[in-house]
Amino acid sequence: MLEISNLACSRGDHRLFSGLSFALHPGQIMQVQGANGSGKTSLLRTLCGFLMPDEGTISWCGRDTRDLDEDYYAEVLYLGHLNAIKDELSALENLRISAGLAGIELDEKEALAALRRMGLRGREKLPTKVLSQGQRRRVALARLLVSDARLWILDEPLTALDVGAVALIQELVAGHLARQGMVIFTTHQPLQVAEVEMRSLSLS
Amino acid sequence: MKKSTLLGLLALVIRRDLVLAMRRRADVLTTLIFFVMVVSLFPLGVGPEMDMLRKMAAGVLWVAALLSSMLSLGRLFSADYLDGTLEQMMLAPQSLSMLVFGKMAAHWMVSGLPLVLMAPVLGLQFDMSAQALGVLVIGLLLGTPVLSMIGAIGAALTLGLRGGGVLLSLLVLPLCIPVLIFGTGAVEAVSTGLSAVSHLSLLGALLVLSLVSTPWVTAQALRISME
Repeated sequence: MLEISNLACSRGDHRLFSGLSFALHPGQIMQVQGANGSGKTSLLRTLCGFLMPDEGTISWCGRDTRDLDEDYYAEVLYLGHLNAIKDELSALENLRISAGLAGIELDEKEALAALRRMGLRGREKLPTKVLSQGQRRRVALARLLVSDARLWILDEPLTALDVGAVALIQELVAGHLARQGMVIFTTHQPLQVAEVEMRSLSLS
Repeated sequence: MKKSTLLGLLALVIRRDLVLAMRRRADVLTTLIFFVMVVSLFPLGVGPEMDMLRKMAAGVLWVAALLSSMLSLGRLFSADYLDGTLEQMMLAPQSLSMLVFGKMAAHWMVSGLPLVLMAPVLGLQFDMSAQALGVLVIGLLLGTPVLSMIGAIGAALTLGLRGGGVLLSLLVLPLCIPVLIFGTGAVEAVSTGLSAVSHLSLLGALLVLSLVSTPWVTAQALRISME
């Protein structure tokens, strides 16, 4: 489980938040809320270890994430504003590479199945530069299907997605929680997950 | 689904960067064409005095190699930084240094190795002896990976900066001076009838030192640049 205690973070001279403490247990989902510029993305990036907190600790299963390093990263899936896909590569190549970077070797069949489930049938082998914004987001989201990470950190996962894709993401998140996974996310659109209590954290 | 190993990940990064380089062939060719152009301008500018050309050959080839390796350094991490791949690399369950090493290796294969292969052809314009050409190639083979690796540190430090390209050259070029000295020194030694072994050994030592230290330093620099 993920435990945050007394976390403080600033960008430049501006203090975004301080004294932030919470714990996320297996099977729980938490939405980070706040106005633009309130530090939602900074919080998520701090959880990933991209930003150093000014104060406080982040621990995973009782140990500081900075000591765990790669053992912690193996448990985390981060989906940020940037899709991390290459225009020159096809959707299939992109998915296999990003899964590979996360430590999972996908064969072609598994990758194709994941892309088809994301609604990209017939576009698996096209270079991603010819795909639309929403389709590129779907390629990035296909990582959710093949990941075995326990903690999902999703920053605005629903941007550029249509209704069908949003429903699919809700289904995936529900499945992940049922498998005792953890999700922390930000969104400005409603994300409903059935039968799970949605915890929320407000940054002001 | 299988778990990938450390070497599997290294191979993945190298293969990915090579595939990307092949799909953006213009980038690869500019480095090589720049090298060929710069080296070819000297015999035209200096005139066809064989003695003079022979004396300056090693220096010209090495300086040109140094400058053309600077050209492609800016792109080493910037594309991955801009599209978010670098974030995912930092979250890889294996050491970031290893991934960085993979990127360095791919960078050398794309921008260093072609120079090494082209150098003997260009050396002929300067009337270099076969022996001198041989030493030049061995020297470049040992030295160009060092250029890629030292350059990677600079590229990581200047990531995301405006006008980072010039700053990058200012940072990296002074650090490359030892490579230049030993590389040209080796060719000089052979041309004057001495053994090039000492110079080449020192180049080899630089290579080993870079192999051990630069991936880690670059990984730290990347983490700083991501903040």
